Amino acid sequence: MSFDNAYEALSDSSDSSAGTEDNDGPNDGPNDGHWAFGTGFTDPLAGVDTTVPADVDAADLALYSLMLGDDALIMSHRLQEWCASAPELEDEVALANIALDLLGQARLLLSRAAAADGRGPGEASSVRGEASSVPGEDRYAFFRAEHEFRNVRLAELERGDFGELTVRLLVFATWRLALLRRLAASRDPVLAAIAAKGVKEVTYHRDYAAQWLVRLGDGTEFSHERAAAGLAAVWPYVAELFRGHDVERRLAAVGAGVDPAELRDEFDEVLGQVLAAAMLDAPEVPVQAGAGGRDGVHTGAMGSLLAELQSVARADPEATW
Amino acid sequence: MTAGVTARAVAETVTDPELPMLTLADLGVLREVAEDGGTVTVSITPTYTGCPAMDTMRDDLVRALHRAGFPDAEVRIVLQPAWSTDWISAAGRRKLAAAGIAPPRGAPRPVTGPIPLVLGPSPDPVRCPHCGSGRTRLVSYFGATACRSLHRCEACREPFEHVKEI
Repeated sequence: MSFDNAYEALSDSSDSSAGTEDNDGPNDGPNDGHWAFGTGFTDPLAGVDTTVPADVDAADLALYSLMLGDDALIMSHRLQEWCASAPELEDEVALANIALDLLGQARLLLSRAAAADGRGPGEASSVRGEASSVPGEDRYAFFRAEHEFRNVRLAELERGDFGELTVRLLVFATWRLALLRRLAASRDPVLAAIAAKGVKEVTYHRDYAAQWLVRLGDGTEFSHERAAAGLAAVWPYVAELFRGHDVERRLAAVGAGVDPAELRDEFDEVLGQVLAAAMLDAPEVPVQAGAGGRDGVHTGAMGSLLAELQSVARADPEATW
Repeated sequence: MTAGVTARAVAETVTDPELPMLTLADLGVLREVAEDGGTVTVSITPTYTGCPAMDTMRDDLVRALHRAGFPDAEVRIVLQPAWSTDWISAAGRRKLAAAGIAPPRGAPRPVTGPIPLVLGPSPDPVRCPHCGSGRTRLVSYFGATACRSLHRCEACREPFEHVKEI
């Protein structure tokens, strides 16, 4: 095939990929969607019934959806930072895929929050978004202040090396998988559906991180040392995952949410299996106590993360592309 | 409206943007096509939550329906039940294999307790779509799209993709 033909094949992609169709009138606009995936701004819950069950508090449900959505959004952002920095191309692709899965979960959860509580995330911060046509999920992602984000602090920590990433992803995915598996039985059908889908995805995330941790821990002296250093960096933020917030406990009591305290045994069991295979030990480190991400209290790393995440949308809130 | 052509028949011709050898019906993401008077409502479900092709699928469906004489067409997203690779049709599996992509085996059975961890290689390796050998190695769970994993055949030495089971 000559270069010219290759170029032609690319520019005629819409015709060739539509070649299985028998329609003879393809002239209603170029089918360029195969190269740029639309705007991506359509409501990811289009057509889904988002009625809140009668005995579930809508404000609680909105806040709870934000918590789980923010976990996914912020963790996804940190994973995206690995694009062009991972040790191998395959891992770069893997981390981008995991980040994409989590971003998809975040979009659905933030949209669920917006549908449950149409007021937006607090009057002061949502004035700008509400005056415009910014969709609910974007208002939450781009126009909230730091203290309004409810993600666990584990997700936001400054990016470390690949050893740190491996431990953080394993901890996050193990915890989230245990959570989503239970949430799939939520009495809120929207959360139940998002969770059931997420279980399938996060199972692969967890296995990916677990297999890498075994390779590193049971690898060379240097890789073992980096994995151990990663454990030491991440472990102070593990207890927070299971502490729980009043909103989580209230929703668990009515069967719509999960009390994270009940995830600890499963988490310890899985981590124990991986650490034993990786010849690593859970470190003895002081726990980060006090208020945490679920209360809107974050580490120093969160400010610069949000500055990057939000800068484009804030520079021109009405922008479309 | 084109006489004799149902909206379902039109929707079933639309192909997947990322696996263009398959129709959305082959892939199992086309869940329902309902005609009510002049209105057509198509329900699709995402393969993966973050699938960036959903907007393109919607646009392609609406465009195909418009072209076939259904001006009033709407696409809804259904999340439940969650898509499974078990929904890929027999024809879809043949088309994948013909395109050099190993089709999925049976999806993992739902478990009631904790989901088992996988630390080692699968006891049931994917068969190479090129030479049929079972001596293959998983390179990565994640490929060019969310639904595909990367493998290498130890027999014919060729790399290949596999639609991974979910």
